[in-house]
Amino acid sequence: MQSRLKTIRWQGIATPLVAVFLALLVGAGFILFVGENPLTAYRILFMESLGSVRNIATTLQRATPLMFTGLAVAFAYRAGLFNIGAEGQLYMGAFAAAWVGFTFTALPRLIHLPLAILAGMIGGALWGAIPGFLKAKLGIHEVINTIMLNFIALYLTDWLATGPFHGGSWVPETARVSASAALARLYPPTRLSSGIYLALLAALIAYLILWKTKQGYELRAVGLNPQAAEYGGINVAKNTIIAMAISGALAGLAGTEQILGLHQRFIVRFSADLGFMGVAVALLGKNHPVGVLLAAILFGALQTGSAAMDRLTSVPRELITIIQALIIFFVAADYLIRRILRMKEEA
Amino acid sequence: MDTVLEMRSITKQFPRVLANDQVDFDLRHGEIHALVGENGSGKSTLMNILYGLYQSDGGEIIVRGQKVDINEPRVAIDLKIGMVFQHFMLVEPLTVAENIVLGSELRKGPFLDTKRAIQEVEELSQKYGLRIDPKAKIADLSVGLQQRVEILKALYRGAEILILDEPTAVLTPQEVEDLFKVLRALRAQGTSIVFITHKIKEVLSLSDRVSVLRRGKKIGTKATSETNEQDLAEMMVGRVVLFNVEKKPAEPGEDVLYLDRLSVKDQFGQVKVKEVELGVRSGEVLGIAGVEGNGQSELVEAIAGLRKTAGGRVFLNGQDITDWSPLKIKEAGFGYVPEDRHRRGLVLDYSVADNLILGFHGKKPHVRGGVWRDDKAIEENAEKLIEEYDIRPPVASQPARSLSGGNQQKIVVGREFTQDPSLLICAQPTRGVDVGAIEFIHKQVIAQRDRGAAVLLVSAELDEILSLSDRIAVMYNGQIVSVMSREEVTEHKLGFLMLGGRLEDYRAGEVNGHAE
Ligand SMILES: Nc1ncnc2c1ncn2[C@@H]1O[C@H](COP(=O)(O)OP(=O)(O)O)[C@@H](O)[C@H]1O
Ligand SMILES: [Mg+2]
Repeated sequence: MQSRLKTIRWQGIATPLVAVFLALLVGAGFILFVGENPLTAYRILFMESLGSVRNIATTLQRATPLMFTGLAVAFAYRAGLFNIGAEGQLYMGAFAAAWVGFTFTALPRLIHLPLAILAGMIGGALWGAIPGFLKAKLGIHEVINTIMLNFIALYLTDWLATGPFHGGSWVPETARVSASAALARLYPPTRLSSGIYLALLAALIAYLILWKTKQGYELRAVGLNPQAAEYGGINVAKNTIIAMAISGALAGLAGTEQILGLHQRFIVRFSADLGFMGVAVALLGKNHPVGVLLAAILFGALQTGSAAMDRLTSVPRELITIIQALIIFFVAADYLIRRILRMKEEA
Repeated sequence: MDTVLEMRSITKQFPRVLANDQVDFDLRHGEIHALVGENGSGKSTLMNILYGLYQSDGGEIIVRGQKVDINEPRVAIDLKIGMVFQHFMLVEPLTVAENIVLGSELRKGPFLDTKRAIQEVEELSQKYGLRIDPKAKIADLSVGLQQRVEILKALYRGAEILILDEPTAVLTPQEVEDLFKVLRALRAQGTSIVFITHKIKEVLSLSDRVSVLRRGKKIGTKATSETNEQDLAEMMVGRVVLFNVEKKPAEPGEDVLYLDRLSVKDQFGQVKVKEVELGVRSGEVLGIAGVEGNGQSELVEAIAGLRKTAGGRVFLNGQDITDWSPLKIKEAGFGYVPEDRHRRGLVLDYSVADNLILGFHGKKPHVRGGVWRDDKAIEENAEKLIEEYDIRPPVASQPARSLSGGNQQKIVVGREFTQDPSLLICAQPTRGVDVGAIEFIHKQVIAQRDRGAAVLLVSAELDEILSLSDRIAVMYNGQIVSVMSREEVTEHKLGFLMLGGRLEDYRAGEVNGHAE
């Protein structure tokens, strides 16, 4: 029985690894097709993303927002909710953080920065709590709600950043956040910010909430069997709202980190689907905080390396998009892979 | 009678269990041979080997005097062996006739010859007296009828040896009766039947001989007429099993639960419980008998706070708890074994330890400072309850999903009983539970009563109601038709009332000598 548990745990890790391996294998086929040597291309990919401290820093910089959005999606998923509204929550969080950043410029850094981060969390949390509330009280499915709220967030922040809070230049963006609200750059000239520490902290806290608190017990029970949760005196509606608010706060932090760290101002439509990538990261990370961190780093590395591969070989950078999609495809085929593993075990 | 089938010294090793350990089994022409044993004793494995789904690691099979090597179901079918599985293998959108002739050569060009298929199925159903509409879609049939299609399918392929793996597990009592009629008719026509079950009652009422498996070993084969309930239970469990719980007379006190004209609707707005008035006193077991679907589930869920009431009040220890939240009701001294442990009673993917605190996960000592889980306390709680309630295997970290039905139920029972609630509702507490565990759970229920709890027992099993209850209420069509003391009740009388008969009429019948 003990060994059966171990097998299950092992399978949890095996699936993503197998998926990545298969994706790279198929990717190698594409590379051969364009007439390059896959080993050379992959070596470049690896060296340019993880081959030096500087490259590692760039990879981590790209991974940071994915860690947050991955955690956001994973957290909601543990409570049985499919939050594909991370993108909208990210924009709302980002704008809230930017607003505090460029408005309260007289505050000392020790107060200003935490305040801006807090604003980002609250912005995301509120935007997440709305679909949570609609689901809990009216039974409207969160997927529908979150998609619609994505659009609202997008157009609302478009308008805010080009209308009332337009920074004055010809670009659609707000004013710069003051230096007192900016996240420190850790390894210039890369743009890796201290937001990465925040991401690691968020992963730890998400883990502690889910597995070490009464609240987490309730959230996961609701996710696994809402009827048994109700029987066990757990308020399903309340937990649905809490899960979506925390998920939204995590997505809001992704936006916050991008604004206070990378861009240092709110730029219209800066995210380019970081929220949606969170779904992929959570999926690959098996909805576990540690898995999410690793998956985010993998995706960050692929993106970092792809630019160099594009530059140094005739392999187009779109290959990386294909590989990412393949990874997700193979993880989704998880069921199939597990079937094969189980059949092997029984044979 | 001649032997049509013999399995000798069959052994099957799975990665972690020896599922069959040198099992001998034989089947005579035209007999119903019951194969019994607790869950996991190896019954399905043995028959799957016979049907060619598993390969044995040792032993031999002799069919009609010939040693055979059945390495796939095709071979079994050619040997005129048919099997009806617990989970049906029917194609839902297709008709009965299409399902039955599926895989045969009944074709007209590239297509199925539907007309002949219907005709042949009609003939078959005539021949064996298995009534069915060949043109009905599988999806529209009840479970009982779907099973009948499976039997017809086996017969269509010429089965003379028919294996049924726990066929009654999915059936209602009425459907079980119908199935038994069918099987008796088949026996009369010379079909040899292996009937797998873990219910002793069924063995006694249906079979000619019975073989018992325990932990993969064959314990014995007996003529059914030479054995009895007690004897079979002992063979299955490996120790003496008590059927009638020993209990002293109840010493009832005050009403702990009192229902004042309680009405409840189901999710479709239909009134399912109509102005029920009922009291349950401390120190007694009140059994509610009734055919399922007469409002028992809604009644219980309303008391538990899981369903809104539509009228009337619920009092617990004199306090009005109508429509309180489940948590508040629980904290007011309420323990509840729900009828569906998979849907309500357990989070199957949680560990045994985590399931043992469901509902008490926010209470000391499981939580420190109102926020943090105390994993050590949770583990200790689990160790204690696993020991006290004999939950097997005794591993707190194992997911509840991996335990047998009986042991899953012991998790629920242990968790609820250990809180010493003043009101305890047990709904179908031993459904799908092994004989050994049934005895254990019954003892625990009586122990709770003797401790002074008011116990409300809802069960579709008359035996259970009769052996545990001090008073018995009959529920029919949303109403409590009568409440009687245990002494006033006979099985026959209960059956009469459960089907909607009135007590007055029953007495009249008794005077005229029609009853009993
Ligand atoms: N395919 C399988 N792989 C591994 N173990 C199995 C398999 N099928 C059954 N078992 C194990 O073999 C034992 C006997 O199972 P089974 O024959 O299904 O019992 P029964 O039908 O009497 O309930 C159990 O311990 C079960 O867990
Ligand atoms: Mg079985």
